[in-house]
Amino acid sequence: MDKMDKPLTQNIEPDRLFATLADYERTGGYQGLRKAVKELQPKEVQQWVKDAELRGRGGSGFPAGLKWSLVPMDDARQVRYLIANGDEMEPGTFKDRFLLEKDPHQLIEGMIIAAYAIQARTAYIFLRAEYHLAARRLEQALQEARAKDYLGERILNSDFSLDIHLHTSAGRYICGEETALINALEGKRAHPRTKPPFAVVSGLWGRPTVVNNIETLCNVPHIIRYGVEWYKGLGRGADHGTKLFGASGRVKRPGLWELPMGTPIREIFEEQAGGMQAGFSLRGLLPGGASTEFLLPEQLDVPMDYEAVAKAGSRMGTGGLIILDDKTCPVKMVLNLELFFAQESCGWCTPCRDGLPWAAALLQDIVEGRGRLEDLETLSGLTRMMGLGHTFCALALGAMEPLQSALKFFRADFERYITGAGEG
Amino acid sequence: MTGKPAVLTSVEIEEITAEMSHYADKAAVSIEALKIVQKYRRWVSDECLVAVAELLGISPAQLEGVATFYNLIYRQPVGRSVIHYCNSVSCWMLGAEQVRERLCRHLNVEPGEMSADGEYTVLPIVCLGACDHAPVVLVGGQLRLDVTDDTVDEMLGR
Ligand SMILES: Cc1cc2nc3c(=O)[nH]c(=O)nc-3n(C[C@H](O)[C@H](O)[C@H](O)COP(=O)(O)O)c2cc1C
Ligand code: SF4
Ligand code: FES
Repeated sequence: MDKMDKPLTQNIEPDRLFATLADYERTGGYQGLRKAVKELQPKEVQQWVKDAELRGRGGSGFPAGLKWSLVPMDDARQVRYLIANGDEMEPGTFKDRFLLEKDPHQLIEGMIIAAYAIQARTAYIFLRAEYHLAARRLEQALQEARAKDYLGERILNSDFSLDIHLHTSAGRYICGEETALINALEGKRAHPRTKPPFAVVSGLWGRPTVVNNIETLCNVPHIIRYGVEWYKGLGRGADHGTKLFGASGRVKRPGLWELPMGTPIREIFEEQAGGMQAGFSLRGLLPGGASTEFLLPEQLDVPMDYEAVAKAGSRMGTGGLIILDDKTCPVKMVLNLELFFAQESCGWCTPCRDGLPWAAALLQDIVEGRGRLEDLETLSGLTRMMGLGHTFCALALGAMEPLQSALKFFRADFERYITGAGEG
Repeated sequence: MTGKPAVLTSVEIEEITAEMSHYADKAAVSIEALKIVQKYRRWVSDECLVAVAELLGISPAQLEGVATFYNLIYRQPVGRSVIHYCNSVSCWMLGAEQVRERLCRHLNVEPGEMSADGEYTVLPIVCLGACDHAPVVLVGGQLRLDVTDDTVDEMLGR
């Protein structure tokens, strides 16, 4: 494949520790920024990204250009912020760490262009605490960018000035939710905020704030440099551009690959990941991280774009496939997931704070042989109790997705524990 | 304040103060400040917490609320080296429990406890973003990938 078909990973090579500034510039790095600040108005940059139909890669798929266009721009003195969300903690997801460690300048250029588009003069990278190597590479890259006049006062002799600060967090999955993240950045407990007002209008310290995922921002330099038409030509289905897709579990070659949006799951699973390891067969998969619904082997031809995966009954999420094999018990797998969500609930609203530990306890009872058939009804009831609109943020909603789909697809596995026939 | 022995070192105060310039208000550096103290002392004692709160101009209760929310701020002593083993789904499928058992057996601890010699604390952690190399352990700021029994033994110098 041509490098232009893989813009996000074009500088990442097997024998290269990571892409240095020189490596990045050699393939046209920071040309997008130059073009943006020299030739385009902020509104035009917004429009390009809107026309490219870049959708957020943090899980929800919200159109990035549209988000930027909701930022109030009339008052030139207004303080605005841009935040890159590098909290990546969704189990089964490992794309942002890769992008940050391997090509830190790509994110930085994307952030500067995004900040220019919304005329933010201060930006933050919110990075989870455990990403030590990424933190070091980013700090170094930020210094290099400042030294080269890509960052700081009057960038490349334009009127635009920006600084970017790296904030390393201190744990908790909920920090990735954008309004909880804003509270964390303000030095508070990371509880989500009531919406509206939305962060684009009132976010960090009450100012208009755009929060975008790392991978989303990494797409931006290429859209500006190579244009909307080129970008739209990269997708294979309804969505455009490329995406980092991952696979973990008992596949032959677990890993991460940049592929066109709309690549069928089968190609990721069979061609990239090499199918199942010897002695294992495919039972199901979570297509986009822990908080997505199971898909079944007969759904492998579903293309990985937002609408198609939704139509198949799940969500594209983060694009990290978690593969369930035939020797792993789906009930225990769901128990593992619900223990995660129960532990990570921030405790702000009752259905989630009480409901998730309850669900985990019921699942624990079931796998330990103390379950009753009515527990399955209670679990179904809990998925409704934590359904859309009943909780403050999407953590609980996401937590219910693997559970409700497992209850539907793997019901017999649940029942075997209860009727005493045991696992498997 | 006069008469009271200084709790924080001048280096700690300097680093915390430097962070303040990145934010619109002082309280925003709460988490960074706690992490700076922890970097030098491994954990955050009550005494340090009060001193940091004073430096930031917020109440100790407010800072305590922040400190207890974040699982990587330690409010009790931990070993010289904290070993985090991932127990999220992909690692769980590929042997995280075996990793935990071996770690705990060698060190004769339960997760959360410090080994008798004060060298190690073993703690579970959520997905470390390296699921294609499950099971994964984070120790000394470094990811250990595709962890086996041998990796665990080598890590502990056995
Ligand atoms: C519990 C929870 C955790 C989240 N964690 C992350 C995360 O780690 N990284 C991320 O980019 N988005 C995360 N999100 C989504 C963010 O709220 C937000 O939609 C996203 O950062 C916006 O960026 P995007 O539009 O570029 O995708 C999370 C959402 C929820 C509800
Ligand atoms: S749904 Fe859960 S995580 Fe979200 S605000 Fe409510 S308690 Fe917190
Ligand atoms: S599940 Fe262990 S690193 Fe992701």
